[in-house]
Amino acid sequence: MSKIHVTTSVNGEEVEYLCEAQQTMLDVLRDELGLTGTKEGCSTGDCGACSVIVDGDVVCSCLMLGAEAEGRNVETIEGLAAPDHLHPVQKQFLEHAALQCGFCTPGFLVAAKALLDRNQNPTETEIRYWLAGNLCRCTGYDKIVRAVQDAAAEMRGA
Amino acid sequence: MTSVDYVAPTDVEAAVAALGASKGNAYILAGGTDLLVQLRTGRVHPGTIVDIKRISETRTISEKDGAYTIGAAVTGAEMSAHKGLSQTWPGIVEAMDLIGSQQIQGRASPGGNLCNASPAADCVPALIAAGVSCTIAGPGGRRTVPVEDVVTGPGQTSLDANEFIVSFEVPKPAPRTGDAYLRLIPRTEMDIAVVGAGVCLSLAEDGTCQAAKVALGAVAPTQVVVAAGADALIGSKIDDVALEKLGQAAKAACSPIDDKRGTIEYREKVAAVLAKRAALKALERAKAR
Ligand SMILES: Cc1cc2nc3c(=O)[nH]c(=O)nc-3n(C[C@H](O)[C@H](O)[C@H](O)COP(=O)(O)OP(=O)(O)OC[C@H]3O[C@@H](n4cnc5c(N)ncnc54)[C@H](O)[C@@H]3O)c2cc1C
Ligand code: FES
Ligand code: FES
Repeated sequence: MSKIHVTTSVNGEEVEYLCEAQQTMLDVLRDELGLTGTKEGCSTGDCGACSVIVDGDVVCSCLMLGAEAEGRNVETIEGLAAPDHLHPVQKQFLEHAALQCGFCTPGFLVAAKALLDRNQNPTETEIRYWLAGNLCRCTGYDKIVRAVQDAAAEMRGA
Repeated sequence: MTSVDYVAPTDVEAAVAALGASKGNAYILAGGTDLLVQLRTGRVHPGTIVDIKRISETRTISEKDGAYTIGAAVTGAEMSAHKGLSQTWPGIVEAMDLIGSQQIQGRASPGGNLCNASPAADCVPALIAAGVSCTIAGPGGRRTVPVEDVVTGPGQTSLDANEFIVSFEVPKPAPRTGDAYLRLIPRTEMDIAVVGAGVCLSLAEDGTCQAAKVALGAVAPTQVVVAAGADALIGSKIDDVALEKLGQAAKAACSPIDDKRGTIEYREKVAAVLAKRAALKALERAKAR
């Protein structure tokens, strides 16, 4: 079985890997690249734990093939924080205690970042719709929404 | 485990050749939001996966003399972000936008929605109502067929094994044309339609309906065109009498299933209500033109 050679950018760094045709981007990130921050909840596109940003769009890495990443720009949870400080949305998740078991958290953070990258003043309704593809079984979502609102405010300098 | 090939051709002819050259079944990959789930659960066993997203024709929205061409692999997010398309065909865009979450929107395409051939596919009734046709490429060249001729049953299409859809051709709308799509789901997001209804209509200067097309989803093995519903609207000012006839025609066109999302009786009733509401929404949009 010949493997596919892929060159792509992950969190701003060029990486190369070999993958099988049917291997998902999620499996490549976790098993080939050791980036285990991206989680597998359902593998059917329903839970959002596997969210990554590809060329600016937030997508489920469980519904993308590793082979498709050739020449793309992939952002994962590992790229969210700068070396010396957290991303505002990470900071606010801590501030609001917007996580319990934490399994859904990387997916929420990545999806929220994608939202804040294009809209720094989202309404509560916009936040809730944007995050509708991210499931959390612990928090009841309220703290998550507040954290995203405050991260937006922080990024606006308000 | 048999080996699977993955190819990502950059032009239409190479994609057709790859479909023909596959040792086992070849599957087109657009956004993968249906295909990858089916791969995972073992419902499909491809010999070759042909990713069409490197072909610029499948990934572009363009406009010429008022008519739009939407690449088959354009995503829902890209359609919503396209100002011209959203203004001219809000029904098509809102139907596509209903599909899944933001993550799904970043990948899901109208071509995949159609070719997955689910009776509940949201974009399909809206495309049919708007009179959209698709350009299909195959070994013999290209052919154009109306969207309603593609799906033949759940999971079944009229495409040959080595054909695929390149793009959708959306006609230039007549003056005072409006389209709309509505669906009913038990939740507010992330669910499958119990019923979906697409309506497109055009008005004469005096407000009389001159042309109309009505299509329903999730009420039969394929999407259904409700010709009697369109006839009820045409020649009327979309008054209560015309709307009542439309509702009856929509109900009569249903041959739904009973399942956890709704009984046959419920689906028929909802089909009538949604067809009427979609017609009113399309009317409002047509009047604003
Ligand atoms: C969480 C979740 C929620 C969803 N919600 C909805 C919803 O609300 N409403 C809804 O209608 N759907 C929904 N879907 C289903 C799916 O997202 C849509 O049907 C979507 O439009 C499929 O597009 P795709 O590009 O991802 O298709 P793919 O998965 O790439 O392809 C689907 C099928 O069509 C074939 N195909 C794709 N493109 C072409 C082409 N151009 N020519 C020929 N064959 C082709 C493929 O081989 C495959 O068999 C949901 C899916 C998920 C995972
Ligand atoms: S693991 Fe991808 S959406 Fe659940
Ligand atoms: S914190 Fe446990 S699933 Fe969200």
